[in-house]
Amino acid sequence: MTRRFQRCITAGLLTLSLAAPGALAGSRILATGGATPIEGGGGGGITPWALITGYGSSGETGISAFATRVDVRDFRLDSAGLAVGWNDRLEASFARQALDVQPLDVTLKQDVFGLKARVAGRLLYTAMPQVSVGLQHKRNRSFDVPAALGAADDSGTDLYVSAAKLWFAALFDRNLFANVTLRRTEANEIGLLGFDAAGEDASLVAEGTLAVFLDDRWVIGYEYRQKPDHLDAVTENDWQDLFVAYFPSKRVSLVAARAMLDEIAGLPDQDGWYLSIQATL
Amino acid sequence: MTKTILLITALLATGCASQRPADDLYRDLGGDEGVTRIVDAFLVHLAEDELVVDTFADTDIAEFRRLMIEQLCDLSGGPCTYGGRTMAESHAGMGVTPAMFNALVADFIDAMDDAGVPQGAQNRLLGRLAPMYGDIVEG
Ligand code: HEM
Repeated sequence: MTRRFQRCITAGLLTLSLAAPGALAGSRILATGGATPIEGGGGGGITPWALITGYGSSGETGISAFATRVDVRDFRLDSAGLAVGWNDRLEASFARQALDVQPLDVTLKQDVFGLKARVAGRLLYTAMPQVSVGLQHKRNRSFDVPAALGAADDSGTDLYVSAAKLWFAALFDRNLFANVTLRRTEANEIGLLGFDAAGEDASLVAEGTLAVFLDDRWVIGYEYRQKPDHLDAVTENDWQDLFVAYFPSKRVSLVAARAMLDEIAGLPDQDGWYLSIQATL
Repeated sequence: MTKTILLITALLATGCASQRPADDLYRDLGGDEGVTRIVDAFLVHLAEDELVVDTFADTDIAEFRRLMIEQLCDLSGGPCTYGGRTMAESHAGMGVTPAMFNALVADFIDAMDDAGVPQGAQNRLLGRLAPMYGDIVEG
């Protein structure tokens, strides 16, 4: 079911990106809708940004769909979903994830329902960074494994605040982008290993993206995501990636990255690649 | 991780050091000829932009063109002094929305592309125009 949903989204995406007319696009500037992180909504690859998905400005709606595959040594994550942004103010998102644990022949699954609201600032135009608050409600759909590892809950809600800013011509006359996210979470491995381990309180973790616009269409950057380490049975590490994003039009974007996920569920050195496609209406 | 932070800090520091005097921007835009080319291309894109064109229905376009050229010359450190009204005065009561502002910025970027303005100069000019948002957009 999970994989069928993902194949469906991917096929839809490819059709859309090839066939959709240009006239529907919102008025925001190219690339300012961001890409889509594995948990859905507007953001980078592994962390949400303060940006509202799509290109909708005041009085406009933006819709985005994405499909992502992360392939590291012992794991393969597929994530796909949809998001809607209104008025460059509110965002609702959905993402469905399936993580194959190849050595165990097990697949961990979860759904992520997201909401985000921009509360201050405009990425390009104000001295004040663009600030948004958001939540990600996660429902694990394969709770047997997390329960066996000591997770107490099969669902949890992350709360976060994100601040994003773009500095024009800041680095060799290129535009520099940064986003910082602070997240309160009880999730183990973003929820794929369940929530709320025994005896542990929620953690406050920091995530960041730093990127350079080579021109209007090509962006390169680095991301860091701090993660809690709540389960006694297995070690959880922080995540990093180095990415290249390409925005050929307001209709479609592609992101390729080197993913550095360290140790997951007792399996060390989880490095590999990340590939994501997003279509926007 | 530490290495990455050091690298980023070093890159940021070079970014600051690479800022040149404002006069350079006027030159990089192509001087009077370049600025005029940008504004003329801009007027073409404005005229085709459904979201903003109606706002200019009662505008004296020749005068608007003259003032835009003068403003960009002044803003980029050229030998001009902008003599028009302030951005707050000239756009007051016009009901400019964020969508209209974005649309106009996109038209301006297209105009700079048409005029062959290099990426770096485009970024520097946009950096000087972007803060006007607060004076122009209502709500
Ligand atoms: C950074 C963005 C902008 C800049 C630099 C800019 C610049 C200017 C300048 C220099 C003038 C002439 C001022 C004068 O008459 O004394 C002007 C007038 C005008 N602007 Fe803008 N403008 C910007 C954004 C906008 C936007 C988003 C709109 C609406 C879509 C708009 C609509 C107009 C109109 C209609 C006039 C003519 C006013 C009149 O006829 O009296 N401008 N603008």
